Amino acid sequence: MKRFIFLRLVNIIITLFIIATVTFFLMKLLPGSPFDEERLSKLSDEARLEFLAKYGLDQPVYVQYAKYIGSLIKGDLGISYYYKGQTVNALIKDRIGPSMLLGIQAVILGLSVGIILGIIAAYRHNTIWDYFTMLVAVLGVSIPNFVLAAILQFYVGLQWGLFPVAYWEGYQHTFLPTISLGVTVIAIIARFTRNEMLEVLQQDYILTAQSKGISECAVLIKHAIRNALIPVITILGPVFVSLLTGSLVIENIFSIPGIGSLFVDSIKMNDYTTIMGLTLFYSAFFILTILIVDLLYGIIDPRIRIHGRE
Amino acid sequence: MNTLLTIKNLHIHFETHVGKVQAVRGVDLSVKKGETLAIVGESGSGKSVTAKSIIGLLPKRNAMIDKGEIWFENKNLLTLNNKQMKKIRGAKIAMIFQDPMTALNPTMKVGKQVMESAIKHLNLSKKEARNKAVELLNLVGISNPETRLNQYPHEFSGGMRQRIVIAMALSCNPKLLIADEPTTALDVTIQAQILDLLKHIQKETGTAIIFITHDLGVVSNIADSVAVMYAGKIIEKGTVEEVLLKPNHPYSWGLLKSMPNLDTKGKLYSIPGSPPDMIQPLKGDAFAPRNEFALAIDYDMQPPMFKVSETHYAATWLLHPQAPKVDFIRETQDVLMKQDDKISSIDNNVLLEVKGLSKYFYLKSKQTLKAVDNIHLEIRRGETLGLVGESGCGKSTVGRTIIGLHEPTSGEIIYDNTKLTRHNQRQLTKKMQMIFQDPYSSLDPKMKVEDIIAEGLDIHHVVKDKKERKQRVEELLKTVGLQPHSASRYPHEFSGGQRQRIGIARALAIEPEFIVADEPISALDVSIQAQVINLLLKLQKENNLTLLFIAHDLSMVKYISDRIGVMYLGTIVELANSDELYKNPLHPYTQALLSAIPNANPIVEKSRERIILKGTLPSPVYPPSGCRFRTRCLLATDACEKTPEWREVETDHWVACHYA
Amino acid sequence: MQNMKKKEVEIPAKMFKIVGRKEETLEEIKRSHLTGWQDGWLRLKQNKAAMISLFVLLMIVILSIIGPHVNTYTYQQTNYDAVYLEPNSDHWLGTDKFGRDQWTRLWEGTRISLYIAVLAALLDILIGITYGAISAFKGGKVDHMMQRIIEILVGIPNLIIIILLIMMMKPGITTIIIAMVITGWVNMARLVRGQIFKLKNAEYILAARALGADGRRIIIGHMLPNTLGIIIINMMFTIPSAIFTEAFLSFIGLGLQEPLASLGVLINDGFQAMRNHFYLLAFPSIVIVSLMVCFNLLADGLRDAFDPKMRN
Repeated sequence: MKRFIFLRLVNIIITLFIIATVTFFLMKLLPGSPFDEERLSKLSDEARLEFLAKYGLDQPVYVQYAKYIGSLIKGDLGISYYYKGQTVNALIKDRIGPSMLLGIQAVILGLSVGIILGIIAAYRHNTIWDYFTMLVAVLGVSIPNFVLAAILQFYVGLQWGLFPVAYWEGYQHTFLPTISLGVTVIAIIARFTRNEMLEVLQQDYILTAQSKGISECAVLIKHAIRNALIPVITILGPVFVSLLTGSLVIENIFSIPGIGSLFVDSIKMNDYTTIMGLTLFYSAFFILTILIVDLLYGIIDPRIRIHGRE
Repeated sequence: MNTLLTIKNLHIHFETHVGKVQAVRGVDLSVKKGETLAIVGESGSGKSVTAKSIIGLLPKRNAMIDKGEIWFENKNLLTLNNKQMKKIRGAKIAMIFQDPMTALNPTMKVGKQVMESAIKHLNLSKKEARNKAVELLNLVGISNPETRLNQYPHEFSGGMRQRIVIAMALSCNPKLLIADEPTTALDVTIQAQILDLLKHIQKETGTAIIFITHDLGVVSNIADSVAVMYAGKIIEKGTVEEVLLKPNHPYSWGLLKSMPNLDTKGKLYSIPGSPPDMIQPLKGDAFAPRNEFALAIDYDMQPPMFKVSETHYAATWLLHPQAPKVDFIRETQDVLMKQDDKISSIDNNVLLEVKGLSKYFYLKSKQTLKAVDNIHLEIRRGETLGLVGESGCGKSTVGRTIIGLHEPTSGEIIYDNTKLTRHNQRQLTKKMQMIFQDPYSSLDPKMKVEDIIAEGLDIHHVVKDKKERKQRVEELLKTVGLQPHSASRYPHEFSGGQRQRIGIARALAIEPEFIVADEPISALDVSIQAQVINLLLKLQKENNLTLLFIAHDLSMVKYISDRIGVMYLGTIVELANSDELYKNPLHPYTQALLSAIPNANPIVEKSRERIILKGTLPSPVYPPSGCRFRTRCLLATDACEKTPEWREVETDHWVACHYA
Repeated sequence: MQNMKKKEVEIPAKMFKIVGRKEETLEEIKRSHLTGWQDGWLRLKQNKAAMISLFVLLMIVILSIIGPHVNTYTYQQTNYDAVYLEPNSDHWLGTDKFGRDQWTRLWEGTRISLYIAVLAALLDILIGITYGAISAFKGGKVDHMMQRIIEILVGIPNLIIIILLIMMMKPGITTIIIAMVITGWVNMARLVRGQIFKLKNAEYILAARALGADGRRIIIGHMLPNTLGIIIINMMFTIPSAIFTEAFLSFIGLGLQEPLASLGVLINDGFQAMRNHFYLLAFPSIVIVSLMVCFNLLADGLRDAFDPKMRN
């Protein structure tokens, strides 16, 4: 088990290193520059050199690369080109709060509603409950979250005036964005849970449990649900990806100062260090999530636990 | 003895997307207190459906009980509501399922699963239930019950899991135990253990057992009375002696006859055709089209149950007073004797020699699975060499390695004085062919039968043009007894037995000299097995084929083979002429294996002494050192820690045991 | 018993003649003569949701082809005298801030979105099959290396790569397709590899090998036909997600540039003008949601109809 984690960590570091390298050189290849070329050309040679030196741009590319990797090892993502004088680390630190809150709320909403819907749908297979859940699931994955967000903003926010439609000024500002993000999660989880549950309900051990004459409720809770929910852990990875993607647009639509909107803004402003920093940050977050999901799976499923020990 | 359970005129159908399947068509049955009733039948005969309807566990979605009554303790179970039924399920009627690998909840500790129904029905406290569970595990022969209660199902072997399932079923002292093919998924030696256990339990607790199986040997071992099912109906019932020794229905009789026992010689009797598709409505006697003694009326009218004796009934018009008297035994003995002309065309030329062959698989977990470890074999031209052993003993790996599907880890395979290498393999595949186990997965579902059979012809460019190809395929189809015009159909349109014959035709297409038959009949129903075996023997005679016949069914192997090798955990432990091996087995494992085969004659079966092996097959990843059998051997001593020598004790009788 | 006796009288003696088996019917094949595809199609036809989806999809495809040509406007034709017109008899779906006809733009955009999605999905499949098949078939070290590469690619959130690539290249249809394919093929490759590994041990593949079939014959003759169903089903799931990705990119301003239209561009425009001109958002939203719903339902239906697990 320890060996497994160690190998995975090595793998993660290699992956992150490759991502850092690739993004670094991609950025070097990019046309355009974060700085106003016109103003830059008006500066005296001396002043321009000084300006470039401030960002380390006066040196050859391989030196820049070595410096970049060196500071990465120290955990320093560099200085933003656009937000003058701010480090990327500080930018992320300032902005992570809202994104985390929205993400966690969406996961809680998605998991709880999705799992309950999925279980009911499978248990009442081919009834109105099932059809309703499937409808929710299909609509949830089919309506792009930015379309949903726009519609929610228009009707719930503007027409009915129930919730604020933008900015980050209090808890009720999280409602619409959380729903916009959470619906996709509900859909993914409900669909997956339903399918797993249907599969489990066909297993012989469910028949065995039923043949014992214990109550349907006990069969469902003790035998079916646990076995159906274990695999749900495996789709947490894709769920986090969908949240991450969603946050890019949702934060923009609702004008939320999170890292999603930071990323989109930095793309628009050609703020290369911030783009690189966030790319690495997202990748690291994503890879670690997958690792945790795998470990969790091993802990919860007794069959895998044994394999790990052997 | 009084009656515990009575089923009256039960009819059940299933709704499927292709139509209505009449699974059970009027079953009448009764079980007495404390007796064991065996329901025998082939797949699709409705035996499992009948059993599940008793306990109310038919799939709710598509199963419909059309009519009938099931009486148990003065209650018609079919009229009870869910709540009343729950009080009976598990408490008074318990069930054991076929596959112990899937019958237990993989994420719940075994103890909890055993205790569950005791807590529910007997209102025991957790502690009392735990004591009860310990007691039950002791009863079913699991050692260290206290610690094993805290383990998960995957920590037990298949046989052990089945014991746990049995313990679970027994936890409330049920009056009736329904066992649905409880030994089918297990190896013979483990099957013997479980059958013994069930008999022991019945003696201790006095529970009645409904035992569902397709194996007549198992029936004769365990049952008091028998009901034979065919196409959703009971066609014969009576005491085990009556039905197995003096069968009256041509189907029961044919079934018994198509199973070779250890003395069967000559051609096997076989029932042609396959059981009817239950989607079509059946007219008359469903068995008539396969019955060589079918009467005109059989095609017209369903036969009623005729009484043979107080306890013995059969549903065949042959028992009608007006019907001609047929003496099955004489009628067919003539046929069989006439065909008993298997001329031994074996010369002593060695066709294939296997020297020190090993095949290891390197697992992902960095472990080594020694599937085959240093075996020696000689196969002589024209003979059939049988290879038997339990699952995981490496017998299939031997076959596949010989045919070139696996590359040997070490050792040599010499075919007709040519050493097999990677370079000459393609050339040699024309001479060596293989028949596979599973008729469902051995044919490409996306290919027409014609293309499947002609694949070898295409690969080796044997035929000149399309016309010749078609002609050849039709010939081959005829050879294996299928209609030539079925060439344009797809595999899924055929029955299991028919598919297996297509597989044989494919292997024959390139006219091989040597065929490896890897468990070719183990996935088939009993009445179909004899068809395939007869076909193989016919082909062998006609084409002077040499056969390596791999199987776990010892009586079939004995019947078809000239010599037999017995494998255990990757090694061959004994090899001899088949008569010699059965008369004079030297290795303790061979002895145990032979003793584990149930005999379909109940008098013989119930009186004989059997060797019941303890424990289960060790993992081939960690085989015991020295003699691999020593962990289960009754004779094992310290000397067995040394690997026994593979030696010829008598002419042509090889064995690897210190004490043989 | 009495009943039986009555019958005895009724039955004529000739009924008790032994007539034996009906040999000719014994090996008759009773199942209907259907190929796997026909059987699947029959099942699919029973699935109402899938059939309706198929119909709606066809309608959308037809409209996206002929729609832009049924009136006199082109998708880029501006008219500053007719900006922000509500839907009317002249402009069926109204006009936008430049007075461009929304009907024309909507179907033009739909066609481009579908074109991008289908092409991306096809390229995914092509690359995925090749990579997956090579990886599975070579096995051993080659497979190990190829799997490491995939693991690294999977470790990076797709969208980030797509965004970076689009920043590098000139915005346009080709750029979007390339960016989506660069990350999209990985799933297909994994799927194909998994399937081939499963098939490798299928007895009919072993049988073909025992007959001396070479790798080419096994892959083309056996493995691909038996993987095709899964590939098609997966493609049906890939298309809607490609439609989504395109719309997403256009929405955050990285997709197609004006005056080109795509569903994402139209939704973005609609969102900007949503407060006063909701119809600009409504129509493209309805089309994109219909497309996604229909593709998902059809894919579900195909899976139910062709999934080998369901059939015996």
